[in-house]
Amino acid sequence: MKTVLKELKKTFSIDSVLQQKDRTWFITVQREHAVPLLNHLQSIQGFTHLSLLTAVDRIEDNRFELAYILFNHYEKVTLGVNVLIDRDNPVMDSVHHLWRHAATHQRELNEMFGISFPQSPRNSESFILEGWDSMPPMRRDFDTKEYAEDRFFPRPGRTTNDPASFMKDKLYPEGE
Amino acid sequence: MKKKDRSRREFLENAGLSDPEKELFCNAKPRPSKTLGKYMEGFLNWSRANSLWILGYGTGCGAIELRPLMTARYDMFRYGIAPRPTPRQSTVFIIGGYASVKTLKRIVRSYEQMQDPKFVMGLGSCTINGGMYWDSYNTINRLDHYIPVDVYITGCMPRPESIIAGFEELKNRIRKGYTQGANQYINNFDWYKRNQKQIIKDWNMPDYNW
Amino acid sequence: MNGITSAHHTHTPQAESSLDFDSGKYVKIWQGPQHPGVTGNMSLELYISGSEVVQCKTHVGYLHRGFEKLMERRRFIQNFPLVCRICVPEPDTNEFLYASAIEELAGIEVPERALWLRTLNLELSRLASFLMWIGGQAGAFGLGTVGQWTMAHRDFILDLFEELTGGRVYHMYMLPGGVRADLPHGFDKRLLHVIADAEKLLYEIEKVVFHNAVFKKRARGLGVISQDMVDTYGVVGPNARAAGFARDVRKDSPYAKYSELDFDIITGTGSDAWERARLRYLEMHQSIALIRQIMERMPGTGPFYNRPPNVLHWEIPPGQTYVKAESSRGEYGYYVVTDGSMFPRRVCVRGPSYAHAVTLLEELIVSVDIADIAGLMVSLHTCPPEIER
Repeated sequence: MKTVLKELKKTFSIDSVLQQKDRTWFITVQREHAVPLLNHLQSIQGFTHLSLLTAVDRIEDNRFELAYILFNHYEKVTLGVNVLIDRDNPVMDSVHHLWRHAATHQRELNEMFGISFPQSPRNSESFILEGWDSMPPMRRDFDTKEYAEDRFFPRPGRTTNDPASFMKDKLYPEGE
Repeated sequence: MKKKDRSRREFLENAGLSDPEKELFCNAKPRPSKTLGKYMEGFLNWSRANSLWILGYGTGCGAIELRPLMTARYDMFRYGIAPRPTPRQSTVFIIGGYASVKTLKRIVRSYEQMQDPKFVMGLGSCTINGGMYWDSYNTINRLDHYIPVDVYITGCMPRPESIIAGFEELKNRIRKGYTQGANQYINNFDWYKRNQKQIIKDWNMPDYNW
Repeated sequence: MNGITSAHHTHTPQAESSLDFDSGKYVKIWQGPQHPGVTGNMSLELYISGSEVVQCKTHVGYLHRGFEKLMERRRFIQNFPLVCRICVPEPDTNEFLYASAIEELAGIEVPERALWLRTLNLELSRLASFLMWIGGQAGAFGLGTVGQWTMAHRDFILDLFEELTGGRVYHMYMLPGGVRADLPHGFDKRLLHVIADAEKLLYEIEKVVFHNAVFKKRARGLGVISQDMVDTYGVVGPNARAAGFARDVRKDSPYAKYSELDFDIITGTGSDAWERARLRYLEMHQSIALIRQIMERMPGTGPFYNRPPNVLHWEIPPGQTYVKAESSRGEYGYYVVTDGSMFPRRVCVRGPSYAHAVTLLEELIVSVDIADIAGLMVSLHTCPPEIER
């Protein structure tokens, strides 16, 4: 696997390589080279199975980090490909021509994060939420507790047993 | 025989439907049903309590403990409880656990299609105060703001024995005469509708699903 | 490596042909969420001509609770009661995967006996899930009694779970660092008795289901998954094994104690509903044999829990990992990202039905009779809660 990755580093701009476990690797690649790299991995290197396509909201860097998790059934190796895209204008090329079920993952990312994949079929249809009018819910700046207390009618009488506030009240009852 | 006073009939707006669709749906406002005399109602309540047919709709997690009820070990059929596939033939609507916004729209639709008298059982703590999804952006916190609830069964999820105990409680309530869930819904219709429409944003069905 | 030709361009999907839906030849019906003919809470928007389906769109989202967002708000240890509720019929896989992802990122060792107990739990829950499945598969074709038998027997397995962990359906048994409790006194005798009864029940089921003319006629040729569809559509689990691929996460990326157990991967010849049912039936026997092996090989005594650091103030160094396990439906995966704080940064759950129930179903359902849709969905073993979490 190490030799394969060394060769790939020459052709595609791979930023970092990390071996997480015995047979699990994570690499980071530049956005322009992401889909050609996935195509290469699928057709030539034998990573024919796409397990997962998801995103992490790196709000402190103002980026989204996409993660494509691939599996090679011949060598039994899992490879995660991380791609950083811009958070203010999140658009990415689709891979549904390589794996058909990627269209579903891409629809969900569009709804949950706001990342659009323009060539993907049925991309702007709502997948999970119905009648949603607020910002994409999985982003870090969406506060779900505030939304739930505001929109739904919480039953009064709920107390919290949050350990931090409990210990603070116990140790410093008169305040800081 | 008195002539029916049709001029007093109220009509609903049905704002969520397009104009060609408005002709397909009934827009009459529902009216509360009357109860018969004391002894007749007592006999009817006895018969209702002993044949509670539930709607076969597993709205959430709680539905997994409904299936063992139908096996020989817990045997709900001996109580007269049978699952029915359509709301027109069922009496009790069991809301099994949490209800997401998308499911709430279908719950309202199925509930309104059931015939009077109808009862609702809330299973699990998610119907009471939101349960462990209390801060979720997609699940409701209090079920009784949207449809009237007769009996709550606590647990996460309740065992089949607890569900049978809940049914016993419901039967006792029906025998005592607390059968006015449907009338409570119709008498406070505006309040329930306002709550529902606050949550359900795309209301593309009639205001009352006859 | 260069001799591999990818077969992903040879399959032409039927669902993309253009049809004129205003011509009056097609009727649109919804097989909606409240329907005995869908597995769980999802709905199908069907266009039918006569009684054959020409196009289908699946709608999911009725069970969406926003797990991934909720998990970011809770500490690592507070997520354990939440995680098992993602997949309702088979919650143990979720607990195991979350626990092993956290252990890997935090560097916690799990003692021997705990790994054996985890394997036992996973196999028992696989068996319980398969029992529920075969009740559904037979019931979809009209053989309703089988469902009653299997749900009743699954209840005995749930009794065992209750004795071991305290809960019938949701166990919360596998914590980071091990398991919560050891086997009670006399548990192994009761377990082996229940397993022997399950085996007898399986022989009965074979006689009733697989020698039944109605089942054979309806299930043969229903929902055929060809070999080149498997990788393109992301098919995993028994659906892929029935098409001839020897793929099993327990052998490809061994976890818990599967590397020390003897078992073979069961494959089929051509994946239609009949072959998939047959394969799952054989896997049920395999699960029973594995449980017996585990009870023989498990060490008698030993610690079952390695206490992690103070769980309420537990910070895990930044990292990411992907762990997977073989649930009764296929490959179940968890992608966990931490950033050094007390809360997980991102937890993404990949259920096997994610690929099966949306794109694959829309492809396979074309030109299927309406009466067989339920059978097709159950033969793919789709389970909506893990699609939309």
